[in-house]
Amino acid sequence: MTNNITPRRNFLGMSVALATAAFILPVPAMADAVDFSGKTIEFVIPFGVGGGSDTWARFNAPFLSKHLPGQPTVVVKNQPGGGSITGASQFASRAKPDGLSILGTSGSTQFPYLLNDPRVKYDYKDWKVVLAAPTGGVAYISSSFGVKSLADLGKLKGERLVYGSQGATSLDLVPLLGFRLLGLDVQHVFGMKSRGEGRLAFERGEANIDYQTTSAYLKSSLPIVQEGKAVPLFSWGATDDDGKLIRDPNFPELPHIGEAIEMVTGKKPSGTEWEAFKSFLIAGFPAQKLLVLPKGTPDNIVEAYRAAVRKMKLDPEYQAAKVEALGGYEQLTDKAGESLFKEGTTIDPKARDWVRALLEKEYNARF
Amino acid sequence: MLEAMQSAFVGLLSFQHFAYMLLGIVVGLGVGILPGLGGIAGMSLLMPFIYGMDQVSALAMLVGMVAVIPTGDTFTSVLMGIPGSSASQATVLDGFPLAKKGQAARALSAAFSASLLGGVFGALLLTGFVVVAKPLILSFTTAELFMFALLGLSVVGVLAGESIMRGVVACGLGLMVGAIGAAPATGESRFDLGIDYLVDGVPLVIIGLGLFAIPEIADLIRRSRPIAADSGLGAGWLQGVRDTFKNWFLVLRCSALGTFIGAIPGLGGGVVDWIAYGHAAQTSKDSSNFGKGEIKGVIAPESANNALQGGALMPTLLFGIPGSGSMAVFLGGMVLLGLQPGPSMVTTDLELTYTIAWTLAFSSIVGAAICFFLAVPIARLTFVPFNLIAPFMIMIICFAAFQARRDLTDLLVLFAVGIVGIFLRRFGWPRPAFLIGFVLSSQAENYLYQALQFYGWEFVQRPGVLIIGALTIASTLMALRSRVSEEGAVTKEARGEETDRPVHGGATKAERRPQIVFAVLLLATFLYGVMSSAPLSFLGSVFPFYTSALMVAFTGYMVMMLVVAKPGHSAHFDQELAAKAKGTDDGTTVWPSVGWFVFLFGMTSVLGFIISIAIFITTFLMVRTQLGVARSLLYTGLCIAFMSTLGHYLTLDFPAGLLQHYVEMPWPLK
Repeated sequence: MTNNITPRRNFLGMSVALATAAFILPVPAMADAVDFSGKTIEFVIPFGVGGGSDTWARFNAPFLSKHLPGQPTVVVKNQPGGGSITGASQFASRAKPDGLSILGTSGSTQFPYLLNDPRVKYDYKDWKVVLAAPTGGVAYISSSFGVKSLADLGKLKGERLVYGSQGATSLDLVPLLGFRLLGLDVQHVFGMKSRGEGRLAFERGEANIDYQTTSAYLKSSLPIVQEGKAVPLFSWGATDDDGKLIRDPNFPELPHIGEAIEMVTGKKPSGTEWEAFKSFLIAGFPAQKLLVLPKGTPDNIVEAYRAAVRKMKLDPEYQAAKVEALGGYEQLTDKAGESLFKEGTTIDPKARDWVRALLEKEYNARF
Repeated sequence: MLEAMQSAFVGLLSFQHFAYMLLGIVVGLGVGILPGLGGIAGMSLLMPFIYGMDQVSALAMLVGMVAVIPTGDTFTSVLMGIPGSSASQATVLDGFPLAKKGQAARALSAAFSASLLGGVFGALLLTGFVVVAKPLILSFTTAELFMFALLGLSVVGVLAGESIMRGVVACGLGLMVGAIGAAPATGESRFDLGIDYLVDGVPLVIIGLGLFAIPEIADLIRRSRPIAADSGLGAGWLQGVRDTFKNWFLVLRCSALGTFIGAIPGLGGGVVDWIAYGHAAQTSKDSSNFGKGEIKGVIAPESANNALQGGALMPTLLFGIPGSGSMAVFLGGMVLLGLQPGPSMVTTDLELTYTIAWTLAFSSIVGAAICFFLAVPIARLTFVPFNLIAPFMIMIICFAAFQARRDLTDLLVLFAVGIVGIFLRRFGWPRPAFLIGFVLSSQAENYLYQALQFYGWEFVQRPGVLIIGALTIASTLMALRSRVSEEGAVTKEARGEETDRPVHGGATKAERRPQIVFAVLLLATFLYGVMSSAPLSFLGSVFPFYTSALMVAFTGYMVMMLVVAKPGHSAHFDQELAAKAKGTDDGTTVWPSVGWFVFLFGMTSVLGFIISIAIFITTFLMVRTQLGVARSLLYTGLCIAFMSTLGHYLTLDFPAGLLQHYVEMPWPLK
């Protein structure tokens, strides 16, 4: 029952909350009154019960219920299948724009969309974003190579690195592209059922490079680092309000992936490969979870939702619970949310073709 | 450590925690008793209440629920031959024959006491070992996990019955069905027939229900008698408990086996009951009674499946890797409570870990006690003509199958697997072998691929691999010595004697035609497997290609034997002919039962589930059960009310048909 919240993270959360409060105060009150009294809102999650998206939805649902006009009941409805493609496609074809159906998507919903998977029957351009929930992660390497930090990465020339991956088109596409940009020779062993299994392979000594999302890193990987068995290399970073990549506020001492590439290659990352990587990076981390409203939802309903999120973020109960539930990241709405939404759901067609070609050629992916 | 244990114990005894544990137990028993529903449905029911609860109460509730599912699921397994959840499929094999012999009381009380002991044993091991388990768990690498999958497959030998070849082919069919969907190494979709649903593979719960529940229900409807044909529940409540204690060493071994399988992440608990069952048969001096009502065949799986949970909690708490199906959802519950599993569960959060362990032990005891209490009223159901229970059971099974993906296709696949199950049963292809192949298929393939990537072929020289390899060979040899036929009871009784070559497989080729046709269809399936996996990339095709190719050879041999071998050959088997030979054939066929299923599933795709099931239940009761209109409607109303309540708490829309596509409907019809 002891929550290992470091004072730094607390302070950070507070200052972000204050900054947000200052930012939203001048926003005028909403226009036409929306009232959800006595209504039930279905929060569709295209994944099964108990997964990351499900717990995220169940964390937010009671706060939405409390702060939406009329205090409707918000229920989480799980619609698993096809790695979230099925549920999201169904939502796209069936949900009515009355504010009573909302959808929570994750990186696993955004990746096939960005890759133009033929099974995808939804278009993010149709949807209106209410909330974007970022996450972060830290990559680390076995200490057996004698690498003390990113600066020693040269020692890895010619070494064979092994990474336990969930699949080339899964969220592990981000490390796949990221390691490439760092010039690391990494063998991706597929078939891991979760990042947790990847970490287990690392702990068994079968894999020697790994990453974990922030909360899992702090809980399970940091102890390995402290034992001296692993060395953290870089974080996947975060984005500021303009969508620029910055250091992860949870790991200010670690370079983010952009800095890491610059340190290793000596120049600022750019080009198609970098553009492609960045689209998936943002879809996978800073814009990992998105709460959206269906196509054609009127502006007053969108505004009602965004106002509820603003109020939710000032709710002391929410602030007390969020560090544990969201891993120390602030959920975003309004302008910041929209810019993340846009960055996380668009990709330059040239960059897309490049990734598809790479996946088809080297990893047997079929589209 | 002792301090943590003590305060965990005291904390649990408070009224509030105990009350929540009881609530969890009640939900767990409920979903356990209803066939097909298990931990995942239970978790989904409790999930909405967890948020905002205090951690200890919520954990007590979740653990209480998980702990008793393998206790409660025994009821339908023993009384109706329909597995109450995937954890007690093996219990059916001997539990159901015992019930038919009028020894249901004995079987149930043996099962409950074995469950109790297994559950407590698992909790004790969890308490004792969780602090030191980490290095042990980490010592099992993908190489050893692959070997464990092979060891699991060796149990098929025990369940193969009279014809080893038939067991191997059934297992091969399971391996192939298990390979449907994305290849672990490359993500390529295999055997999906262009159906989106199959890209994710076939859900285990649907395989379990299709193989075991549908054929059994079809058979019971056909005979339209009460399940316990002649005698009563029987005395034997004490007898069953005595049986368990007499076999204390078997209980101990199977509990240890269950805990171990749970503790090693990646083995999964899917076949723990079959492995325990196989172990019991292999190690019994006289295994001739297995499959016909051997009490050991009930005790072994029941102690193992409860012990599994204690073991499964270790990787769940230590690494956040679920050790069994329901643990995956338990993990989600933990996160919702603000608990991240990890190394701190044995340091700063040790008290919580012990709370979980103690709750597990308590719940096993309380759950078993409640089951003893419920046994008499529930067992009365077996004296009711099955046609009165059938509509309710069919509804629950459809509902359970629909929980898999919440898609109409769930029901269609259930029907397809059910038809296959009916024929596997009739022609004596052992369904347990199919199930074991299905569950271990992706494990075997995935771990072999990963071990090769991590270690290359040198992995076979690892000491762990050599040891498990030796065990596999020993197990196979022992298995061949003590084969148990799923249809053993039928085959032996067919001639009224205990010999081995019953003549019930058809004397002429014409009589054997149905068997031949089915075997040829199997052959065609494997040929399809060979042909459709050949064009895939090497890593995506190698496993299904060689499995199918091998099975083409074996099935080809079986087809040949069916055509040319002399009557009485072990390849020949047809339950219908066996029943005729035995004189129990009542002139009925299974087709009307199948017709009822077609009626229901066909109507569902047009009218949606709720409307269809209402029409189905009413029609069935009036036509088949010959109940009056008023009673039929009342029965239907209660069923729909029950279904809607459950659906409401699970927040789900029922399967929609064409009608819902065109017409706007209110819930639950939509």
